[in-house]
Amino acid sequence: MYDSNLVEKHTIAVLVDNEPGVLARVIGLFSGRGYNIESLTVAETDPSCRRSRITIVTSGTPMIIEQIKAQLNRLVPVHKVSDLTVEGEYVDREMALIKVRGKGEHRVEALRIADIFRARVVDSTNESFVFEIVGKTGKLDAFIKLMQALGLVDVARTGVVAIGRGVDAL
Amino acid sequence: MAYEQMTGAKILIRALIDQGVTDVFGYPGGAILPVYDELHQQNQIRHILVRQEGGAVHGAEGYARSSGQVGVVIVTSGPGATNAVTGLADALMDSVPLVCFSGQVPTHLIGNDAFQECDTTGITRPVTKHNYLVKKTEDLARTIHEAFYVARSGRPGPVLVDLPKDVQLGTGAYMPPEDISHKTYRPVVKGKATDIERAVELMAGAKRPIFYCGGGVINSGPRASELLTRLVRMTGYPTTLTLMGLGAFPASDPQFLGMLGMHGTYEANMAMHDCDVMIAIGSRFDDRVTGRLDAFSPGSKKIHVDIDPSSINKNVMVDIGIVGDVANVLEDMIAAWERRKATPDRRALDDWWQQINAWRARKCLNFLQDPKVIKPQQAIRRLYELTRDRDEVFITTEVGQHQMWAAQHFGFDKPNRWMTSGGLGTMGYGLPSAMGVQLAHPGALVVDIAGEASIMMNIQEMSTIAQYQLPVKVFILNNEYMGMVRQWQELLHGSRYSQSYMASLPDFVKLADAFGGVGLRAERPDQLDDVIREMIETPRCVIADILVDKAENCFPMIPSGAAHNEMLMGPADKAEQPISENGMVLV
Repeated sequence: MYDSNLVEKHTIAVLVDNEPGVLARVIGLFSGRGYNIESLTVAETDPSCRRSRITIVTSGTPMIIEQIKAQLNRLVPVHKVSDLTVEGEYVDREMALIKVRGKGEHRVEALRIADIFRARVVDSTNESFVFEIVGKTGKLDAFIKLMQALGLVDVARTGVVAIGRGVDAL
Repeated sequence: MAYEQMTGAKILIRALIDQGVTDVFGYPGGAILPVYDELHQQNQIRHILVRQEGGAVHGAEGYARSSGQVGVVIVTSGPGATNAVTGLADALMDSVPLVCFSGQVPTHLIGNDAFQECDTTGITRPVTKHNYLVKKTEDLARTIHEAFYVARSGRPGPVLVDLPKDVQLGTGAYMPPEDISHKTYRPVVKGKATDIERAVELMAGAKRPIFYCGGGVINSGPRASELLTRLVRMTGYPTTLTLMGLGAFPASDPQFLGMLGMHGTYEANMAMHDCDVMIAIGSRFDDRVTGRLDAFSPGSKKIHVDIDPSSINKNVMVDIGIVGDVANVLEDMIAAWERRKATPDRRALDDWWQQINAWRARKCLNFLQDPKVIKPQQAIRRLYELTRDRDEVFITTEVGQHQMWAAQHFGFDKPNRWMTSGGLGTMGYGLPSAMGVQLAHPGALVVDIAGEASIMMNIQEMSTIAQYQLPVKVFILNNEYMGMVRQWQELLHGSRYSQSYMASLPDFVKLADAFGGVGLRAERPDQLDDVIREMIETPRCVIADILVDKAENCFPMIPSGAAHNEMLMGPADKAEQPISENGMVLV
């Protein structure tokens, strides 16, 4: 049976004018109305018309998710709001830079696991590596968990970016 | 065509003129001086000098709501802007179209904690529909015209434009409004035809229908009220209005059940609870309207028409949501109703009206009169009765018991005649708002129905009223208490009246005199009519201090957390006794 109290996770893409304060508007909307932000990424994607794309991963009941979309649409600089989770299939990826410090066996083990996860070494010293890893959030979580035992000292993550599969654009 | 070059301050004045603005409310200060210098050198725009910026915003709200124009406010940076915040929040909640211009320190000083600097766009972001910080004079004309467009389009609201001093003094091109179109903002005004068809089908098959309409009807313009009245009369269905919607349908019409909600009528709330089809138009299922959500109109199919998609399914899930401008959708609904030659189930409808009339027979707004003490309800009723044959009567209110009594006992047959702070509930709204209404309607009778506590919150605007010789009437229901606070303390906090007694009140008669107005007082019921008549006939500002019963509470009432069918009908209901005949407040 349809449960209206069930909390769902949704990935929402928002096209906005890249003008001052636009990110503050989006974030202020979430904090002011008590919505969750699990991840938020933003960057200009079309410099010719100064347009940015924001990808938000949020969670809430179906009614809250509807509200989030309606409220986002209400912001004046917002062009388009698209709930990727309900609008067909989509691809989502996250990137992380992960610093692991260690010597000897730990170092070798870290490299070995990095290979399995297809993480790349982007910086190295005699006693540290910086790995670059791209994938789904769960994959990054798993890799980071494994690195904890091997001298994990620093993590930087981008948050999720996502795009619909197929020929259609947002 | 080359655009004319001019200073930012000149651009502002020119843009205001081209936007059709004739009156602005404001208060000068360091960071807005170039604009004031330009104001001084022209005579197309009248500037109303208020006594505090809060008064300017409420003044512009009253002006906007009574006239359908965009209200305009000019304030300086820092405290000028922060004083405007309450008014902006009020306008956002009640969907009032405003444009507020605030001075700002020059761009090179922004972020330096300069004198009278504050992050105005940051502070006002959550209390405006949109706001702008203009960094180049070149962008100014476009921004101003966009601000007016955003303020009045879709669901109206306040827009703030922050103007650094160097932008006001710098030179840029002036573009007229017709050369500018907004990049993104295009509210949907036409409802989806298939949804309207479905809605009308549902309406036509209703056995216990009700129209529940709100401020959106009024915001859609006077035509929306005419269309609503037509549709309601075509269908023969009962209609209730929200606090913000009063006047959207004539109060004197037999199909009107009165206001609904916390202090709404018994018949309106019971009909909402028991209806099978609810037609919500320009209303937003506010908590003051719905009462306990899980018990809100449990058996009904709901249709919701609103211009703001975020209003639909926000608090209450509806069966048919129609995004569109009320007048536009109503027109299509009427056409669809006529096309299908809809004939409602007469028998079911007769039964429904019979039930409604039984609820009406309880006369929930009745109150006990007292030969010695003026009842606040009686004061409002007499004010209504003694002014109802006048053409143009505008009522504003403050916030509290007097506001609810005014909503219950003063009848509005036309839209835009009732200005009250509904969403935010801003005490101090009424007096500056009345000032704005009077400026927009110089010949009309404008009355601020006030409480003695609320009126003190913006009493300084009496001075503005004096300066512009506005014949505003202030009708104070003086019970020496913050009445609604006291009522809640009585009902919920064991009658411990913590800080709700107004000690050391001024002598309002002398106060009126001090501000160059006329002070009147009624202490006994036999003085009431004379004071009201004298107030109406005095062609100057009047404060009428009406000393009313100090203990009177506002009924009927849905206690917070209760449902529509769990109303308290009067004082005898307090102890949750079953409602008896004796418990009813009878005349």
